[in-house]
Amino acid sequence: MSPQIFELLVNATVETLYMVGLAALLGTLLGLPLGVLLATTGRGELLQNVAFNRIAGVIVNATRSTPFIILVVAIIPFTRLVAGTSIGTSAAIVPLTVAAIPFIARLIEGAIREVDRGLIEAAEAMGATPLQIIAKFLLPEALPGIVLGLTLAVVSLIGYSAMVGAVGGGGLGDLGIRYGYQRFLPEVMAAVVLVLIVLVQIVQSLGDLIARRVNKRAIGGR
Amino acid sequence: MIEFQGVEKVFSGRGGGPEVRALDGIDLSIGRGEIFGIIGRSGAGKSTLIRVVNMLERPTAGSVSVDGVDMAALDGAGLRDARRAIGMIFQHFNLLSSRTVYDNVALPLELAGLRKSEIKAKVEPLLELVGLGDKRDRYPAELSGGQKQRVGIARALSSEPKVLLCDEATSALDPETTTSILRLLADINAKLGLTIVLITHEMAVIKEICHRVAVMESGTIIERGDVFDVFTAPRHATTRSFVSSVVGAELPETLSERLVAEPVAGGNAVLRITFKGAMANTPIISQLTRRFGLDLNILHGRIDHIQDAPFGVLVVEAVGAADAVQSAISFINANNLSVEVLGHVPANLRAAG
Repeated sequence: MSPQIFELLVNATVETLYMVGLAALLGTLLGLPLGVLLATTGRGELLQNVAFNRIAGVIVNATRSTPFIILVVAIIPFTRLVAGTSIGTSAAIVPLTVAAIPFIARLIEGAIREVDRGLIEAAEAMGATPLQIIAKFLLPEALPGIVLGLTLAVVSLIGYSAMVGAVGGGGLGDLGIRYGYQRFLPEVMAAVVLVLIVLVQIVQSLGDLIARRVNKRAIGGR
Repeated sequence: MIEFQGVEKVFSGRGGGPEVRALDGIDLSIGRGEIFGIIGRSGAGKSTLIRVVNMLERPTAGSVSVDGVDMAALDGAGLRDARRAIGMIFQHFNLLSSRTVYDNVALPLELAGLRKSEIKAKVEPLLELVGLGDKRDRYPAELSGGQKQRVGIARALSSEPKVLLCDEATSALDPETTTSILRLLADINAKLGLTIVLITHEMAVIKEICHRVAVMESGTIIERGDVFDVFTAPRHATTRSFVSSVVGAELPETLSERLVAEPVAGGNAVLRITFKGAMANTPIISQLTRRFGLDLNILHGRIDHIQDAPFGVLVVEAVGAADAVQSAISFINANNLSVEVLGHVPANLRAAG
């Protein structure tokens, strides 16, 4: 592999890490509260608000059912509004984040629903406020599930990030398509796939490790 | 301390099903410092009844007051304050798996906004009280069921409640552990003067520590009273079946299937003599033999203690003349023991049995 290609590979990896990292961060910041609300506003739940729950559910499902490549193109006006441009690595973070929010929200919702209802009853019997129940009971108890969910989200984002080459997003996927496929450089394609595999491995192992660390449910789980 | 007046709870049926009357006109008064037991089969409404005390379930009619405060009238912050004065422990403990023993016990105090030093000063003595001083940094998953319930008790006591609600607190524990947890509860009741309300489906739990008991069936209280009275003279059929599981008042089958209602020629009367309270120590059997010339054949019997008060049941076959048996019955009654003619058996019972 020539030094030029190697440099391209390094740059593309950095771009991918930048896009995925920022999209995961923003997606968590917005998806976490949304997930908590989805889990707690249903009928008979802590912050019951059926109308909100229905509407939020529909929007989340709509976003989740749009294929990512369509989403990228469909929200170009929004991307331009937010990022000032619709082309480039920073602009690509917008559709990645938009796709990550509902995905992460559903994962967080699922993790919170796994928490034993008896704990909520105990919390209420102790005189905890709804906010205290979320912060001191639901989130800490759901933490192992949340960590695994976020790991899954990051892995999915790495996959999505390969598609944002379509809007000039750069990154590993873009490199693979332009050099590996269009210029018939199979060693670039192989290198891209290898780097992606290694990235996903590292993310998954790290996620598993952290999830085990925070899980106190099983003896010897630390 | 806790007053229920005409409490009703109706659950609307799910998916258009029929509604369920979980509580149907409950009037009940629980005194300060009392250990009050509520027993019933599953679905009797006891679980709903205990949840109405701290408004985990809101009654659809009637009122519940705790320490003079009408609970149903409270909402939001007022209800949360009132709940802090009512501790609760659960069948499945409901501890936070992500927190250590210490942090679980500290939780109600954290919620109330106490400072770290204040929390420490309260939590450490509590851990000693429940015998878990050496387990403070363990996680619940590392503890046995009994130890988890001790954490639950310490947590419930941390906010210094006036009332402790126990929701089937020993039902998930083995008999030995149950005994140790009940001892702890009785101990706390004596030391702190705490009012304890416990629900259970096990009469042995009631017998072990309760002062008074109410028996529930289909949303109503069918019998109530001092534990000793309910055990020794149960009036309702359901109560009798609960009691018999503990005091063994049921006759063995080999005996009950031979009993006939009318006297048989050459047969003998079968009497059940119940000893209780101060009269339990009367040497009645030998007195009957000497005074009335009766031979008494003991068929079945059990002597028990209900919280240190002796209680015994003897089933005897009285071999002798009919008028001697009648005088014996009058004599037993005159001695403040109760006696009942269960029936008659052919004389060959012993040989056949």
